[in-house]
Amino acid sequence: MPITHDTTVPEPQILDETQPVIAIENLNFSYPDGHEALYDLSLEIKKGEKIALVGPNGAGKSTLMLHLNGILSGAGELRVGGLPLKKENLPVIRALVGLVFQNPDDQLFSPTVFEDVAFGPLHMGLPEDQVISRVEEALAQVNMSGFEKRLSHHLSTGQKKRIAIATVLSMRPQVLVLDEPSAGLDPRARRALIELLRDLPITMLVSTHDLRMVSELFPRMVIMDNGRIVSDGETSALLADEALLKEHGLEKP
Amino acid sequence: MIHNNLFDRYLVGESPLHRLSPIVKVVLTILFILSNALLPDGHWLGFGISWLVILLLNLIGELGWSFTLKRSFIALPFALAAITAIFALPGETLASFDFLSLHLVATDVGLLRFFSIVIRSWLSVQVAILLVTTTQFPDLIHALEHLRLPRLLVTVIAFLYRYIFVLSDEVLRLLRARQARSASLPNLRSGGSVLWRARIAGNMVGQLFLRSYERSDRIYNAMLARGYQGHLRTLNRHTMHSRDWLILISGIALLLILQIFTRLIG
Repeated sequence: MPITHDTTVPEPQILDETQPVIAIENLNFSYPDGHEALYDLSLEIKKGEKIALVGPNGAGKSTLMLHLNGILSGAGELRVGGLPLKKENLPVIRALVGLVFQNPDDQLFSPTVFEDVAFGPLHMGLPEDQVISRVEEALAQVNMSGFEKRLSHHLSTGQKKRIAIATVLSMRPQVLVLDEPSAGLDPRARRALIELLRDLPITMLVSTHDLRMVSELFPRMVIMDNGRIVSDGETSALLADEALLKEHGLEKP
Repeated sequence: MIHNNLFDRYLVGESPLHRLSPIVKVVLTILFILSNALLPDGHWLGFGISWLVILLLNLIGELGWSFTLKRSFIALPFALAAITAIFALPGETLASFDFLSLHLVATDVGLLRFFSIVIRSWLSVQVAILLVTTTQFPDLIHALEHLRLPRLLVTVIAFLYRYIFVLSDEVLRLLRARQARSASLPNLRSGGSVLWRARIAGNMVGQLFLRSYERSDRIYNAMLARGYQGHLRTLNRHTMHSRDWLILISGIALLLILQIFTRLIG
């Protein structure tokens, strides 16, 4: 794709370590067609937490995730690393929050794996040698070293998911936000993904229907339904509450 | 992925032709096609020499001498568009006949023009096939961008290449879904009316458009999420070596000599 070598931008870091990585207060959002998707939503994510976001289809999970790096913006307070979600903060916030979409075919839009993983670092304005070393590093993190020259459309779904995660890891984000990462994977690819997510030393918010994965990986669980957070707490406690699960269309694993 | 090979014409290889800079290959391919178009009508010697060059390149590319020849016939039907040339040029009458309300006169000059056009397009298709079999598509895209093709155009081509596979899979899924429900019972006429079937096909096209449109929205979001701010960037990885320059210059010189030579003896 076309070449633009621009001036370098300093690498974004969360300035105030005491701040929560993500803080949402009273967030409301309706789509242009009037459909109300998020209603008075508040959530706080601390550094190092691994949180599962569960709930039926249409509960607003994906809408919430699109807010986390400013693709959608509703009314209310949303701060990433202490930075309020404003237009001038967007580039930094997008470097801090790594958002991985559900369908890897939407996430991987470049001809080769290298170009896709390099997309984020390049747009952050990093110099060439750093871009290359970051691509290598990110691919190694998802166990896909040596796939640089492969064409994205020739990969299997499991491989595409891993590359999709590498495309944001190369930006060295502070939070990883994944939309249904285990959907559509065969058991082996799912297992490999679970191990990958467990070993990544990074704050994580993962939306999923896979409650077995939740109980295995995520100490904290947030249940959403109808655009609201209906429950937020320790996974083991919430999963034991069968009445709560049933009320929101979930099944005990 | 179900049918990658439908569009991917690249053949893995390590021949000198594979290793040549894609920029040089793109430039020489375009110039070769131009040179073809400039050869005078009916200059069989010039066409013959051009074809020999292609055969030689086939061998250099380690493809076997007849590789492009075998694959070139697919484009021949398109050359038939030139058939009007037979009747359109003034010259000595070879035959005349009436077609519907038209009185058509075939002339010798027209026939000569027709065969020349067919041969020119046939040669051009062969050299284009040679280009895509020895160059990976991403390299081709990079070459276009190094040749200063407008950025927007290059981006469109790059996305087209990436998503033509996804779209063709989408089409395949739609067709399968229709096929799976196209049942028939004994003693009953199946398939419905032509009009009804046309409407279903129309719905499928609309469905494909909607799915592609929504997908483009999601892709754009994925780009925004990774810091896209309006221009695409890449690392510049194609530098021209002295060998590439040498081949580029000798290629251009050869084509010039061919042009001058055919005009001198023609």
